[in-house]
Amino acid sequence: MSIAPLTLPGMAILASLASALIALGSGRAPWLMRGLCLPLLALAGVLAAGAGVGVLNTGGAALTSLPLGLPGHPWMIALDRLSGLFMLLIGLVVIAVSVYAPGYLREYEHGEDSLPALGFFSGVFIAAMMAVVLAADAFGFMVCWELMSLSSYFLVAFQHQHSANRRAAFLYLLMAHIGGLSILLGYAVLASHGGGLGFEAMRDAALTPAWATLAFALAFLGFGMKAGLVPVHAWLPEAHPVAPSHISALMSGVMLKVAVYGFVRFCFDLLGNIQTSWGVTVLVVGAVSALLGVLLALMQTDLKRMLAYSSVENVGIIFIGLGLSMVFAASGAPTLAALALVAALFHSLNHALFKGLMFLGAGSVIHATHQRNMEQLGGLLRRMPWTGLFVLFGALALSSLPPLNGFASEWLTFQAALQAWSLHNGLLRSLIPITAAMLALTGALAAACFVRAYGISFLGLARGKSARKARETGWGMRAALGLLAVLCLLLGVLPTPVIQWIEGIPRELLGTGLPHATQHGWLWLTPVSPATASYAPLWLALGLALAWGLTALLLRRGAVRKITRGNAWDCGFGTRNARTQYTATAFSQPFGRVFGMLFQVDAGLREDEGGGTPRYLSQVSDHFWGWLYAPVARATLLGGRLASHLQSGHLRHYLGWTLATLLLLLWMIS
Amino acid sequence: MNEQVTGYWLATLLQPLVLLLAAPLLVGWIKRIKSRLQNRRGPAVMQPLRDLRKLFAKQPVVAKTASPLFRAAPYVVFASTLLAVTSVPLWSIWLPSTTVADVIVLVGLLGLGRFFLALAGMDVGTAFGGMGSSREMLVSALAEPAMLMAVFTLAMSAHSTNLSSIVAFNLDAGVVLRPSYLFALLGLILVAIAETGRIPVDNPATHLELTMIHEAMILEYSGRHLALMEWAAQLKLALYGLLIANLFFPWGLAERFTPLEGLGALALVGGKLLLLGALLAVAETTLAKMRLFRAPQFLNLAFLLTLLGLLSNVILESGL
Amino acid sequence: MTQLPLLEQAILVLAALTLLASFSMLAQSRLTSAIHSFAWQGVMVAAATALVAAVGHAHHLYLSALLTFSLKGLLIPWMLHRLVRRLNMEREVENIAHPALVVLAGALLVILAYWIALPIERLELASTRNIIAISLAIVLLGLWLMIARRQVVTQVLGFMSMENGLFLAAVASTRGMPLVVELGIAFDVLVAAVLFGVFFFHIHESIESLDTGKLTRLTEEEPA
Repeated sequence: MSIAPLTLPGMAILASLASALIALGSGRAPWLMRGLCLPLLALAGVLAAGAGVGVLNTGGAALTSLPLGLPGHPWMIALDRLSGLFMLLIGLVVIAVSVYAPGYLREYEHGEDSLPALGFFSGVFIAAMMAVVLAADAFGFMVCWELMSLSSYFLVAFQHQHSANRRAAFLYLLMAHIGGLSILLGYAVLASHGGGLGFEAMRDAALTPAWATLAFALAFLGFGMKAGLVPVHAWLPEAHPVAPSHISALMSGVMLKVAVYGFVRFCFDLLGNIQTSWGVTVLVVGAVSALLGVLLALMQTDLKRMLAYSSVENVGIIFIGLGLSMVFAASGAPTLAALALVAALFHSLNHALFKGLMFLGAGSVIHATHQRNMEQLGGLLRRMPWTGLFVLFGALALSSLPPLNGFASEWLTFQAALQAWSLHNGLLRSLIPITAAMLALTGALAAACFVRAYGISFLGLARGKSARKARETGWGMRAALGLLAVLCLLLGVLPTPVIQWIEGIPRELLGTGLPHATQHGWLWLTPVSPATASYAPLWLALGLALAWGLTALLLRRGAVRKITRGNAWDCGFGTRNARTQYTATAFSQPFGRVFGMLFQVDAGLREDEGGGTPRYLSQVSDHFWGWLYAPVARATLLGGRLASHLQSGHLRHYLGWTLATLLLLLWMIS
Repeated sequence: MNEQVTGYWLATLLQPLVLLLAAPLLVGWIKRIKSRLQNRRGPAVMQPLRDLRKLFAKQPVVAKTASPLFRAAPYVVFASTLLAVTSVPLWSIWLPSTTVADVIVLVGLLGLGRFFLALAGMDVGTAFGGMGSSREMLVSALAEPAMLMAVFTLAMSAHSTNLSSIVAFNLDAGVVLRPSYLFALLGLILVAIAETGRIPVDNPATHLELTMIHEAMILEYSGRHLALMEWAAQLKLALYGLLIANLFFPWGLAERFTPLEGLGALALVGGKLLLLGALLAVAETTLAKMRLFRAPQFLNLAFLLTLLGLLSNVILESGL
Repeated sequence: MTQLPLLEQAILVLAALTLLASFSMLAQSRLTSAIHSFAWQGVMVAAATALVAAVGHAHHLYLSALLTFSLKGLLIPWMLHRLVRRLNMEREVENIAHPALVVLAGALLVILAYWIALPIERLELASTRNIIAISLAIVLLGLWLMIARRQVVTQVLGFMSMENGLFLAAVASTRGMPLVVELGIAFDVLVAAVLFGVFFFHIHESIESLDTGKLTRLTEEEPA
């Protein structure tokens, strides 16, 4: 077993690049896609996951330089525990996606959309994400980062016939570049103080607090933009839904996590010396993102848009964990910082799994009905029982309900927040419980959101013709969903092995792990100490199964076993049809009324132009468009108009400007 | 030692059975007191138990349009509520079942039950079901954070989220008056009223279409499914009563379970629950049901109280 | 916390209840209920005073407790009640704009008050700092009540509850003011209540409402 630790991930990247290249030929021969590209991707996923598990198990950072990059600055790659966790995360979702894609792409094979482009950019996208996680120098990191942004831009713009998609893709590109610039500047600050582009040199950089804060602010802005934190989240709900669903799963499930990885790498590893104010900033931004994300998700009627907003929520939860960790680290409580960091990383992994599951599930629904609007769906559980079952697991996990994995990580976050009493600073002691309250509200609203989404789409009567004709999808798509659903359940019931893996990361970054996490044995999760809190999810799951089974068994033995089927009672009203059901809008209307001040609800009667029947329309929009984006756009336009005065149209004027610039530059270097 | 261990497990296994019997009786008791207050004779205290027995013996009718989830939901709701009830200290502080789940898990279990209850309401595709689900989720979305805040107040004092540790801490501290506990208690009472569907948020006795929340969701159930749903609701009421009684007034709980002490504790807890039930009956008789959009204000108040409690605890009390 | 003797804990709890009464005034849209909350607040303050008297063996405080009880617990609420009855406003429900926000802002004020009181060192009674924090919160809430509401009666309640907060602070930190001063203040409050009553009548007679929002009609300029 003398494989160098970097062989596996390197092969994973090569496999996905090979898949990208082969996909170019699939225009002529569509079977290449199914027969070669996607299996290669699956192989890449398996290799990446294997590499991740290996590193998490044994540890050890392997640093290698590649014969690539700038002269004098070879690309460095390394695989430590943190990279390993994210490799695992990428690998798992990629496996599921590549099992899913053959069935999903079948209808693209004969469509007008270009299959080679899709395959090529998917491969590049996946390879770039893996490479970002591996990169150990700023130059390589940024090149891969931009490659990831660009390839995903082309995936968002894949169905560019619709102008809305083009607009979404442009917004995405714009914000990805602003974010990328910000990250680049952050690295520049570190590199100038540390004397090198390599991460090793940056770790040793001695920064004054002011420079450190600047670097933190730049990194937070850049990575936060990619991760979709409020208020720089606007691209996310536009861009994620318009890509093909398996790509949405990759973007929401994995790419946002790559941003989380970047933030953790930058702040915890490279920057070090965390300050309390940073932690508070991250905490507050995370809490606001979580709450606003879930509220906006609750108001959406588009299935994938709803999921995209829910990603904003979950990224918010992850950043609450990170913020807590930073606060604790800055206040000299490394064990608690480790706990919060583990919670955040665990939630990253979990979110990748269940959001991947949900996006793939949404893809199956779209595949079967060609409909993204919940108001046209309904009754799918009876027509697509397997898909319905697996998506139910995803919905439960997203609502953070026991015994699934979403609950386990949220439980850890709560445990970290509840240790706030040990802090000396009164402000932090009162702030952290308030964020815990917001987290609690977020969790409850998420449950409402997914009851609504699941109940409207999968239960009840079919609201549209397409939903009535829905058929269960092929086995590949179901298998992918099943794989992710089982993983969600497994991680929820047996979180301790994974947490033992993750626990190595704070040991590397913060110097302490969670010494008491498994003091009671591997069945029990006792993050701080057994007396403080314990959770035995396996026992809980068994208890639930036992209670269910016993009840069912006892009732089976009763005199009346049979069930009569009849018409619904409905309080005796006999006029029940698909149109008298509650709609998604109706379901969320009370929420809109109660939380209306947090977003804009425009509702009212609109007359049709053609003089037809008036319609009641309601539209929900972000306050942030008006507060942040519109002013920025206006200022940019204004600046552009001012700058346009330079363009007089006379050649001599342009030459004059050129001369002036030349003189200025000469003066500067002299 | 061995005897002790057997005692533990016995107590753990007996606890859900005891509560399964006690919960319908508690509801019967409340109905009885309420009737008396309204100058009616009212049904016997045993009546809810008799109703359950009758429902179990009836053949259930399931709507033609119902999916498998409709039939599975009552079991999930019942099992999760039963498990939640098992994890609250009833007669002894330290039991195996209380270390499996802490207070956050307890809230999560109730959430699991509610999730399936609301889904079941939407399954048949009736307008009432969807309405009930939407309202239930609204009420619970506002109530759940308040509930968590209330128990966090206790958890921050005891430095633990384990219910046993909290109870033990409060028992050790003796009679201590804390403003934060007061706020938390008041908040928890408001939450309990909202979550168990009592007046003024919901009316357990109504089948008037536009006012119901809980009843609207289980409208389509009959036979044993309905019985399970009803039983789960009764258990939930008992659970909240138990939480209020044993967390805030833990006197009488046995530190270690022995049959004799256990029975004594049970009698005391029963007394506390009867008292709470009587208070609830009085409150329900004197208050009028609010319209739906008043409920957020009511729960807002609960959230605020619990938040104040938590803040008082964190800022004022931990400094001393 | 556990070291505190029971009586002092009781004082703290009473102070917290006083704060709660302030909140219920803030959240109540019904006039008579708000007056009842105010009466309860007076009773709590009186009880707290009596307890402080018992703890500190300060006998003159019994007198001020009695005074507080009879004035703020009984007399002034009764007067306000009678007034409201005579103006036929018993069923009046004030329409509060954004009730959730009003209450939330109240909570923020409480946090602020806690904050300001944190640096205060421990005084004679171990719970004094906490009571001062609570009294400050009551004062701020009273002011906020006057700002957030437009009803004259509610505004007066806000004013009176500010006075309650000040009184509580005085009792807790210095075991009450000299009796003469307290008598003076009590008399002031009483006179203020009577004067307010007279004003109510006049306002009500001239604009047929007690909504201060409508007082802007009295300006000479035409409203824009």
